[in-house]
Amino acid sequence: MSTLAFILLYGVSYGLVLCLIALGMLITMGLMRVVNLAHGAFAAIGGYLSATLIAHAGMPFPLAICSAVVAVAVLSLAVERLVYVYLYTASELDQVLVTIGLDFIVVAALALFFGPDVLPTRLPESLAGSVDLGFRTFEVYRIVVTIVCIAVIGALWLGFERTTIGAQVRAAVDNKSMTQAMGINVPRLFSLTFALGCGLAALGGAMGAPMLPLEPMWPFKYLILILVIVALSGSGNIRASVGVAMIVGIVETAGRYFFPQFAAFFIYLLLIALMIWRRDGLFARRRTA
Amino acid sequence: MSPLPRSSILSRHRFNLAEPLWWGLALGVIILFPEYLAVGTSVLVMVLFVLSYDLLLGFAGVLSLGHTVFFGIGAYAAGLLALAGWTEAVTGVLAAGAISAVLAAALGPFLLRLRGLPLIMITLSVGLVFFEAASKATWLTGGDDGLSGIELAPLFGRFGWGMYGHTKYLYALGWLFFLFYLTRRIVASPFGVALQGIRENDARMRLMGNPVLPHLVVAYVISAAIAGIAGALLTQTNSFVGLGVMGLDNSIDVLIMLVLGGVGRLFGGFIGAPVYMLVKHFASLWGPYYWMFMIGALLIVVVRVGRGGLLGIIERVTDRLTGRGVNR
Amino acid sequence: MSEFALEARGLNKTFGALLVTHDVSLSLAPGARRALIGPNGAGKTTLVGLLSGVIRPNSGTVSLFGVDVTARGAAQRTKRGLVRTFQISSLFPKLSVLENVFLAVSEQAGNSFNLWRAAGRQRILIKRAESIIEKLRLTEDMHRCVSEIAYGRQRLVEIAIALALKPKVLLLDEPAAGIPSGEVGLLLEAIASLPRDIAILMIEHDMEMVRNFASEITVLVQGRLLMTGSPKEVLASPEVQSVYLGSAGRPRRKVGVAGA
Repeated sequence: MSTLAFILLYGVSYGLVLCLIALGMLITMGLMRVVNLAHGAFAAIGGYLSATLIAHAGMPFPLAICSAVVAVAVLSLAVERLVYVYLYTASELDQVLVTIGLDFIVVAALALFFGPDVLPTRLPESLAGSVDLGFRTFEVYRIVVTIVCIAVIGALWLGFERTTIGAQVRAAVDNKSMTQAMGINVPRLFSLTFALGCGLAALGGAMGAPMLPLEPMWPFKYLILILVIVALSGSGNIRASVGVAMIVGIVETAGRYFFPQFAAFFIYLLLIALMIWRRDGLFARRRTA
Repeated sequence: MSPLPRSSILSRHRFNLAEPLWWGLALGVIILFPEYLAVGTSVLVMVLFVLSYDLLLGFAGVLSLGHTVFFGIGAYAAGLLALAGWTEAVTGVLAAGAISAVLAAALGPFLLRLRGLPLIMITLSVGLVFFEAASKATWLTGGDDGLSGIELAPLFGRFGWGMYGHTKYLYALGWLFFLFYLTRRIVASPFGVALQGIRENDARMRLMGNPVLPHLVVAYVISAAIAGIAGALLTQTNSFVGLGVMGLDNSIDVLIMLVLGGVGRLFGGFIGAPVYMLVKHFASLWGPYYWMFMIGALLIVVVRVGRGGLLGIIERVTDRLTGRGVNR
Repeated sequence: MSEFALEARGLNKTFGALLVTHDVSLSLAPGARRALIGPNGAGKTTLVGLLSGVIRPNSGTVSLFGVDVTARGAAQRTKRGLVRTFQISSLFPKLSVLENVFLAVSEQAGNSFNLWRAAGRQRILIKRAESIIEKLRLTEDMHRCVSEIAYGRQRLVEIAIALALKPKVLLLDEPAAGIPSGEVGLLLEAIASLPRDIAILMIEHDMEMVRNFASEITVLVQGRLLMTGSPKEVLASPEVQSVYLGSAGRPRRKVGVAGA
């Protein structure tokens, strides 16, 4: 019983972090219809920045994370104007190529600045311990991360489903010129949306560093996991993202616990199975009559 | 019948001066740079791999990020066959290619129903599954250590595989030559033309009565066979096969090499592979990750400039020099 | 009782909760010249999709020359002689006009699995493509990229492809859509010169084209068949006038009605 609880709790916290990053990708890729394989790069940069601020600038943990998120969001604004604007109308192949190119540049830069090895993350005293939940002790950090993720995801859901901004972005993606004709500044909307997506990635990368260890190849390593969560979420369905992320997180954790040798297998085979089963959920373009 | 323009997809059977030039250069390497024959052989193998990928991406329009699976299967098959005692080189390569082809024939009818991002993801996943499998099945693949001690009987019973690498180089070149002209023939045929039609507008092809999937599967199988042969050649000429042949790196490399050279021209790999490997080699002299930085930047530049790649640039220059330029 | 070239019975199609096609039945005899008209949103393009096999109906059947093809996909129906053109040109934009038509000719000849012979040397097929192009007066554009020629001429390439496929039943989806009025004449000629034994169903908004072309008109409104009849009957029918043409079709003497 306690094993089950352990797997569930670990899997859920892991899945939620992935979900956060995936939602960022859902925003940049799903809403803006760009195949963005470089999303992981922003997450990795967020993680590395945050770790550096803690280790070298002595910043307190929450502040470091927030600063990293803001820094990455600002950076992404520049990258969007310089690179991504050309991708909105480019072919899928071009989008893949350019974003892979960005990945390469970021991976190389990270390796050159921080070295090729895994960067260890230091948790502050207050979050490093474990707490006894009755049936099992559980790391405080994971609980905190879970709560933060739920809060952020909840806020996102409210933001997109309930506010006008969400509707504006959706309108802009469906019909750019019409939306502009209605007086909405579409390029600025796209920039801000992109920054939000990358900020989420950075948050996931920074908070998730203990669970998703920081190394230069990070963008490629977790690419497929995040991609699949995004793809299986249908067109922008936040609830589906959370669901799929939970499944992925739990299966990955269970796999590593029971069959450490073959853990990777399980997850990839699960991904393939999910993709075959939910084939129609993969970016079904809304057909207009 | 009015004369067909040179750039038409119906003119691919025509003679192209660039080809004998390239073969000449390749042969010239033996005389001019004999100390680089080993590297040259690796380049030839990569050119063949990129050729197989061009058929798939450039002509059929199928974007797969897991093509190294076929390369890897061919490589390991050739290694295992040789270690098991099948030391005849040519048939070993053919067998390896056939195994890759069979795998493609099994996977193709399912995978090729997808296009775009779903296909990218599923091919990526399949590639990763195979890598994990190869990595874990150490009893078969040698795992991280790979398979070594691969020895082959002299080629055609006469030519030893000698230290200087002449035999290996000419062997690889021979395969490349043969497979290039085979592929060229296929691409110039009505099948090849229909394939390009599918790439341009598959819905329209369906409404012309073309069921599309069979064409894609055939292209996939041929492409896989050639990739398998390339892998087998790598094993045979290196007398070694390791996990790198199954790695994601290799799938991404072949994409970059093709794009660099020029997609859909069949000749792209002939320029893209040597250039890429040169850049990688020289950039790595500065440090381990510099080449990644350069390639990343190069990729973005190439895409921004236009996807004719280096061949496209060369074409534009020669057009201007010879005064052509109509219908490009 | 002679066989119908195309017969649809009781076609129904819903997209989610939206009923787009409701119990539509249609029969075309060989040589028919039928126009399909109706207000926007009536479901005309969906109907063409159902007939050509791109969309599966919820219920109902489609038959070609007495053979039930309801379960068959678009490619198979094309092989049996059912050809459609697109309202928004669906060509091969980066290929030349000749290459576009050749693809159709080659496909029709069952040649597309030929892996060995050079396509450029298939004289018979290329000549056939050229003669179709000549017939539609597109010869000067033969080697030009389709995306670079005038839109009106692109619509003619659509017809060229349709002809290349040796159709027995032809579905023309708004062939004049987007053509500047100066170029419509070429299109009219091309359609008038189509072989007499082909059954043609044409969706059009342009009433001039309809009057020139059709010997029968079918009216579709909100997914339902309103009526079928000769052009005279249909265009004079008050039902059709009110539903399709709206009150603008009525004489202006009745001032004061509905605050107009």
